[in-house]
Amino acid sequence: MRYLPNTDRDRKAMLEAIGAKSVAELFADIPEQTRLKRELDLPAPMAEQQLRAYVGGLAAQNWNVNDYTCFLGAGAYDHYIPAAVSQIMSRNEFYTAYTPYQPEVSQGTLQSIYEYQTMIAELTGMDVANASMYDGASATAEAILLAMATNRRHHVVISHGVQPNVLNVCKTYTGGQGVTFSEAPIKACGTTDVAKTAELITNETACVIVQYPNFFGVVEPLDELAAAAHSKGALFVVNANPIALGLLKAPGQCGADVVCGEGQPLGLPLSFGGPYLGYFACLEKFQRRMAGRLSGVTVDNRGQRAFVLTLQTREQHIRREKATSNICSNQALCALAAGAYMALMGKQGIREVANQCLQKAHYAQQQIAKLPGFEPAFGGAFFNEFVFKTPVEPAKLQAELAKHKILGPIDLGRFYPEFSGLAMFAVTEKRTKAEIDSLVAALEVVSK
Amino acid sequence: MNKLEPLIFELSSPGRTAFSLPALDVPAQDPASLLPGAELRAVAPELPEVSEVDVVRHYVRLSRLNHGLDIDFYPLGSCTMKYNPKINEEIAALPGLAHVHPYVGQAGAQGWLRLLYEMQGFLCEIGGMDKFTLEPAAGAHGEFTGMAIIRAYLKSIGQGHRNKVIIPDSAHGTNPATAVMNGYTTVEVKSDARGGVDLEALKAELDDTVAAIMLTNPNTLGLADENVHVIAKMIHEAGGLLYYDGANANGTLGWMRPGDMGFDVMHFNLHKTFSTPHGGGGPGSGPVGVKKRLIPFLPVPTVEFDGDKYYLDYDRPESIGKVLSFFGNVGVAAKAYTYILEMGAAGLKQVTEDAVLNANYLMAELKKYYLLPYDRYCKHEFVLSGNWQKQRSGVRTLDISKRTLDFGMHPPTNYFPLIVDEAMMIEPTETESRETLDRYIEVLKEIDREATENPDKVKGAPYDTPVGRLDETIANRKPNLRWTKE
Repeated sequence: MRYLPNTDRDRKAMLEAIGAKSVAELFADIPEQTRLKRELDLPAPMAEQQLRAYVGGLAAQNWNVNDYTCFLGAGAYDHYIPAAVSQIMSRNEFYTAYTPYQPEVSQGTLQSIYEYQTMIAELTGMDVANASMYDGASATAEAILLAMATNRRHHVVISHGVQPNVLNVCKTYTGGQGVTFSEAPIKACGTTDVAKTAELITNETACVIVQYPNFFGVVEPLDELAAAAHSKGALFVVNANPIALGLLKAPGQCGADVVCGEGQPLGLPLSFGGPYLGYFACLEKFQRRMAGRLSGVTVDNRGQRAFVLTLQTREQHIRREKATSNICSNQALCALAAGAYMALMGKQGIREVANQCLQKAHYAQQQIAKLPGFEPAFGGAFFNEFVFKTPVEPAKLQAELAKHKILGPIDLGRFYPEFSGLAMFAVTEKRTKAEIDSLVAALEVVSK
Repeated sequence: MNKLEPLIFELSSPGRTAFSLPALDVPAQDPASLLPGAELRAVAPELPEVSEVDVVRHYVRLSRLNHGLDIDFYPLGSCTMKYNPKINEEIAALPGLAHVHPYVGQAGAQGWLRLLYEMQGFLCEIGGMDKFTLEPAAGAHGEFTGMAIIRAYLKSIGQGHRNKVIIPDSAHGTNPATAVMNGYTTVEVKSDARGGVDLEALKAELDDTVAAIMLTNPNTLGLADENVHVIAKMIHEAGGLLYYDGANANGTLGWMRPGDMGFDVMHFNLHKTFSTPHGGGGPGSGPVGVKKRLIPFLPVPTVEFDGDKYYLDYDRPESIGKVLSFFGNVGVAAKAYTYILEMGAAGLKQVTEDAVLNANYLMAELKKYYLLPYDRYCKHEFVLSGNWQKQRSGVRTLDISKRTLDFGMHPPTNYFPLIVDEAMMIEPTETESRETLDRYIEVLKEIDREATENPDKVKGAPYDTPVGRLDETIANRKPNLRWTKE
């Protein structure tokens, strides 16, 4: 077997060195009644070319965004990934390394994390960022844990404009800690209702969570929401689309205490939902309560600048039951990819990609709005996602458009019954005018 | 030796770019007019201004400062640094897997759903469980999910008052942290002289407040608990459940299954046992398996098959809810699925046998030079102590590890488990050859000799690495976690 270098001759020699008669002798301590006495029931082994054919056959059944034109979003976006990103991620020294616990032979990982932390902090307008979390939803849940640890409160106000999956994960994460949630309604224009949010915030509210742009694509009035949260001593948590931050005012400039979210748009493939990247940034005053790994600057005994995992006394392997979180493995390689993506896009490119998303989404929205029976559901300013009330059931639209090799829109009714009949489209910089025009033409045909 | 690299921000030169975007082909409109009422960014983020050449060279140079498994031996205990097969990477990158949107819908995801469904089945068979979810993103995330399932189950049978989780003193730090995140209090039970759970100490903790015990088997000493079936009986009779931490499952394949040992809930670490890369700290994948009575509480959605089509089932009223936005780190699961298909049943059993053989071989040779606190056959890993060297010349385990770096190898896990003084936890895995193991034995022999003859040399190591020993105190006292433009 190609991954098992031991030959029978090796095994014999090693058993002799050990002083054991057989390999079975090494397993003698397994209690008889818990021992498996048959072979596992698994498919017959495959050679490499059979694997490629078999799993490749499964892959061929899926509708991928190279063969289909994708207008799906809702938390995962079809952005262009520069070739250099996958080349960098494929360096064996990065992807076959463990967590950098031995900094003398991990400076590559540690420095790349430090650079990633800086880029995330820059993009969000925050002081510091961690090395990554599982995804945007779990990062948001960790923001609640940070808020609770900071102000010892157990109530969360979360906007109805936050992605339903994020809300769901937040509830699961905090389910054992007696947290109550209040959902702040959205207004007809699609933004969170600031006045009603303010009414829900009490002296027991740990944090207020909004999404930016929100689940419906609409840009939230962060300053007003931050003021409402802070007036009662609650933390203000913003779950933001990092690409949008190339163009929109940074949450850090709007009073956010924590900015977190889904990092997938930063150069990660859609991969049917994972692995993605939870990014997490906060004000410096909360850094010792932040969960996850942190890379910091220090010096070595030769006087050189070097990087090392820092503030580890927050973490489970040191602090055990008193740790800020149980997180151990994170999404390091995804953070490396996001760092490479942000470096490649650079100061100008991040704005340009955001602008192209905005321009193309608005072109698409304006064209669709001309179709009979399609009415914009919300009037608020949107970034690259928008919602229409459609003349045909969204689920039916999706099925019919698939026949035209078009993916989308998303049926909002699958998340909330009150939004049934609403269809959401996402447009990234990857979509061409021709593809958008084809979408509009196909919508006209299938909605007749 | 590879030279240190400036920060990418220090390579920045105003106006230099590395991005490639087509010209805007829709009519350009003023962004401010498209975003009425929204504020635009006035200050651009200080992202680097560099060329693509700069970016690629920067990261390639950084990579050369790392030790990776594809360079040499990496015997980190409890981390299972086994070889990462290259075909797995290529398969996960196929457009039909890597470029599929999570909301593509049932019709467009039949291949993905079948892969996930079959993977759940493989893990059920390997773990002896009744149903698996692939949603948890890592081992600790699996632990969280599993303990949330236990909490939901106990509540459903009117046992919600049970608030105590029992954890052996040899356990991973994630176990107590997980229990507390789920609202439990933890109690620690000590290990007995043979390295297993002390049954008397366990008995003393059993009452009607016990929710669960979290166990790793083989444990972090690399030893199979000879009383695991007794522990299961004791916990079940007390009304509690058993959680299996799958971090050490590489010592079990085809020989013992958590389900048969009496565990109710478990996780596997696909990035350990099933060969997917550690990626410098992730992404991992921590699927959770449960026995039948706990199936209703699994996270949503589950992947199901109706005999004709594969589908996602969200209609599960007793579910704990979601633990991740979508369906898990499924790209990682695809790699592990490929690995299982390649190895087959006999291959997986051979994996464990060779992992155990390699560990016992190293242990037999190294115990001549280093203290072995628990001297009995180990499973996939074992724990030495640096105490002889410490007493002889003040050379500590940390020093021995740092000196190992000069020989081009990665040291073992240090100072864990906590119950062994000066611990060195060594896990060679099955993918290392006898020649590599012999080379490692020679290195540790040489360091032992140096520790006697020239202890200062060991205490000053490493010498042949890009950086020397780091001042961690400075880093913690005044944390510098980001670059800032002057």
